[in-house]
Amino acid sequence: MDLSESKDFLVHTASLKEVRVFSREVFEKLKINNDLKEELVLAIAEAAQNIVKHAYKGVENTADHMQIKISLKDDNLEIGFFDKGKPVVEENIQHRKLDDIKPGGLGTFFIKQIMDDAVFKKDQQKWVNHLILSKKI
Amino acid sequence: MSYKITEDGNTSTVFLDGEIDMDVTEKAKEVILPLVEAGKEVHLNLKDVSYMDSSGISVLIESHQKALENNTKVVVKEVSKSVLKVIMMAKLEQILNLE
Repeated sequence: MDLSESKDFLVHTASLKEVRVFSREVFEKLKINNDLKEELVLAIAEAAQNIVKHAYKGVENTADHMQIKISLKDDNLEIGFFDKGKPVVEENIQHRKLDDIKPGGLGTFFIKQIMDDAVFKKDQQKWVNHLILSKKI
Repeated sequence: MSYKITEDGNTSTVFLDGEIDMDVTEKAKEVILPLVEAGKEVHLNLKDVSYMDSSGISVLIESHQKALENNTKVVVKEVSKSVLKVIMMAKLEQILNLE
C-alpha cells in the first residue's frame, strides 16, 4: 500500500504528543506491526524534538510551524521534516558516545539506530531545513 | 504525565503514569530530584509509562547520577516493555538499577 500524508505542527514541546498521534495513525493505516511502529514513532518524535530544541534554540513562543510528511512507496518509507529555524550545520550533529553516561545526546543516536538513513536536503525555498529519514520496510 | 508518591521509611516510591517526553521532563525532575537530594532511596515505578523518549531517559540518568552524589540510589521498577526497549537501545540496562 502506497501512501503519503503530511501535517503541520506548531514548533513547541507541547506538539510532540500530536506528532506521535499523527505518526501512529499513519502507521496504523499502513498496517505496520506494533514493535516497528513504536520504533518509527520514537525516531520521528526525536527528529521533531531536535527541531524544537536545536533549530529553535533560544526562541520562545514562536508561531512557526514544522511540517512532517510520511510517505511509503514500494516498501521504501520516507519521512520528511521541514522547518524554518536556524540552518542546521551537519558537522555539528553528533550523538554522544554511549560509554559517556550523561543526560542528553541520545536522540540522534536513536534515530540512527532505527532508520537506515538520515539526510539533510538543500532543496527548499519555502523552508530552511529539510531532513529526510528513510527505511526499507 | 501524572504521578503519585508513597513513602515507607527512607524509601520514596514515585509512580509515573503516561508518556514521558521533552514536554514533561522538567515536571518529572521537579518530582524526583528533591527526593534524591534529601537522601531518600527513590523507587521509580514505570509500569504505567507507555512511552519514553531520549528526554525521559535523560531524567533516569540524571536521577541515577544525583543519587550517587548523595550516597543513595534510584531503583527503576516494573518497567513496561516499550520503555525497556528504549533503555536497552541506549545500552543503559547495566547502568541503571532495574528491578
